[in-house]
Amino acid sequence: MHLMYFTEQPMSAYPEAEGRDFGATALMLSNRFFDPVAGSRLYNEYLEHYRLAEAVGFDGIMLNEHHNAPFCMQAKCNIFASILAAATTRVKLVLLGNPLPLADNPVRLAEELAMIDMVSRGRLVSGFVRGGGQEQLAAGVNPAYNRERFEEAHELIVKAWTEPGPFRWEGAHYQHRVVNPWAVPLQKPHPRVWIPGVLSKETIVWAAKKRYPYIALSTAIDATKKIWELYDSVAAATGYAGGPEYRGYLQRCHVAETEEKALANAQQFMWMQGEFTGLAHPVWSSPSGYFSPSYRTAFVEYAVGRRSNPRGAAFEDQLRDQQIVAGTPKTVIPKLRRLLEETRPSILGFWASDGFVSNEDAKTCIRLLGEEVLPALRDIGKELGLWSPFEANAPVSLRFPEPARSAASRV
Amino acid sequence: MTSTTITWESETVRIAGAALHVARAGAGAPLLVLHHDVGSLERLPFYDALARRFTVLVPSHPGYDRSERPDWLRSVRDVAVLYQCLLAERELTRDPGRVSLLGLGFGGWIAAEMATMAPRAFRRLVLVGAMGLKPERGEIADQALLSYIDYVRRGFADPRVFDRIFGAEPPTSTLEQWDLNREMTFRIAWKPYMYNPTLGRLLGSVATPALVVWGREDRIVPLECGERYQKALLLGEVHEVHRAGHFVEMEKPDELAQLVTRFVTEA
Repeated sequence: MHLMYFTEQPMSAYPEAEGRDFGATALMLSNRFFDPVAGSRLYNEYLEHYRLAEAVGFDGIMLNEHHNAPFCMQAKCNIFASILAAATTRVKLVLLGNPLPLADNPVRLAEELAMIDMVSRGRLVSGFVRGGGQEQLAAGVNPAYNRERFEEAHELIVKAWTEPGPFRWEGAHYQHRVVNPWAVPLQKPHPRVWIPGVLSKETIVWAAKKRYPYIALSTAIDATKKIWELYDSVAAATGYAGGPEYRGYLQRCHVAETEEKALANAQQFMWMQGEFTGLAHPVWSSPSGYFSPSYRTAFVEYAVGRRSNPRGAAFEDQLRDQQIVAGTPKTVIPKLRRLLEETRPSILGFWASDGFVSNEDAKTCIRLLGEEVLPALRDIGKELGLWSPFEANAPVSLRFPEPARSAASRV
Repeated sequence: MTSTTITWESETVRIAGAALHVARAGAGAPLLVLHHDVGSLERLPFYDALARRFTVLVPSHPGYDRSERPDWLRSVRDVAVLYQCLLAERELTRDPGRVSLLGLGFGGWIAAEMATMAPRAFRRLVLVGAMGLKPERGEIADQALLSYIDYVRRGFADPRVFDRIFGAEPPTSTLEQWDLNREMTFRIAWKPYMYNPTLGRLLGSVATPALVVWGREDRIVPLECGERYQKALLLGEVHEVHRAGHFVEMEKPDELAQLVTRFVTEA
């Protein structure tokens, strides 16, 4: 198993009432409510949490980014990946990920990622995402070409990583006279690419066709099973067998010394949930062209308030469906066993705390996870044969079917 | 105006591989009517009023309403070129100087682009609340930040007119069409949003007699854009329509139809 620590890096120090009054906590909630003094403190606390996660035995640190919103302070996951490349020594730096359509220069992304891979001595896992709907607006990027830009930027980055330059790129959305970055990844053929997602079938199919692991972000168990049915069927049609090494899951999971405290803190997961992103404004979070046409009816009705958020669910429902798990190590382990048994992922991210959970409680949670929960899960993983892509030495992609070479053999 | 029923016909015309739906009615001099970014209802009293004096052609823009989406289309100028091709296809509209253009809002931008491409080709050019030029002081309302209903409502001075035309709560099928049209607008006019930075300069060479009309309460395209058009086209004054917003043709159909008819038919 590959066990990762994750936090959204919530900017919990903003006046929550302002967000509620405004009715949305992304895109247009004024940044005058952002307090850089609190921001500085929080960034450093989060850095401390990451180092603690490495110390207590996590295999990876999962990073992401969002824009114009208090629920996530990372505006660029490559920044924290760069910091952690030097501030940690062992954990994989799992970026889930860089929002490709938001990039106007994917070659620059390829360079940054190559630098992170070299500085970290080959610990980078480079996930790619489409970016949230409102982030297309925050970046001024056309939502109608989101998927086209995602796919083209991905092709360009992989080519920049794996084929010697200089070469020229004349694409539909990107044109580069000269692609020849003097920074290429340490890992060969290239850093692993994992693709996270929550809703779009197209992304699952795309990941499976590329033979990239797919990371289901906190979906309910039944929905997760459907994701793997689809992934496995595409894998079979593509010519390989799906299975645990292609399956990842991000679990909201808060542990504390007592059940009561764990449940109280777990309520904070609702702090940022309107969509997966705070009190989402239905129009800004689903700009026309961003979503798959198969969701058009649902989203136009959502946009004018005729149906509830297709992604929203109450706290109690999420506890029941195990989208949120909370308790003492002793009570959460059986729940996590059920998740592993029923959905068989080999990559498991722990979204451990959110919102206003105190610094001390967040650290206690990380410590309890590391000391008591992770060892139990490793045993369960062995028992169930949940070998991670690293343990299975799986190929990085369909394009590069040979087993990956570890960076350790190259430094 | 008489109350005779107007008979509309429609056809599908293939231009550059794109199937365009074109509605047509009336007789007389040809008038090409270009609709808004939100699309258009198939029939409007305003279209009927025009059809009593002209051969009215109302195409659905490529990718809007009843026309197919050409995936390759990338700009409003591309649309303008498609319409030039459409006019060149048929006898009635082929000859220079016969066709008049009437552009409503976003359609006004397309019409203005067409006029710059062929400075002497049209009989008359009428722009109503036209997008296409960058306002200096205000902003063109950003539909990406507004719900489908809020955006269209914003274009009416009198909310009761919206209710009468679309219903106070438009059905989901209408919202889906607005979403499709919005997506197409994003595909061709996302950045810069709703204007072409070079259009103002090019308008100076347009020799087609033009009329610029604006709803006095237009909250989608500020009146100053009308003033910019009027200056660029070397015209007298912007004709302001009272108690009308952006959708003048729906709020004041008779007044606008009379205005257009008078301007287009005068010697």
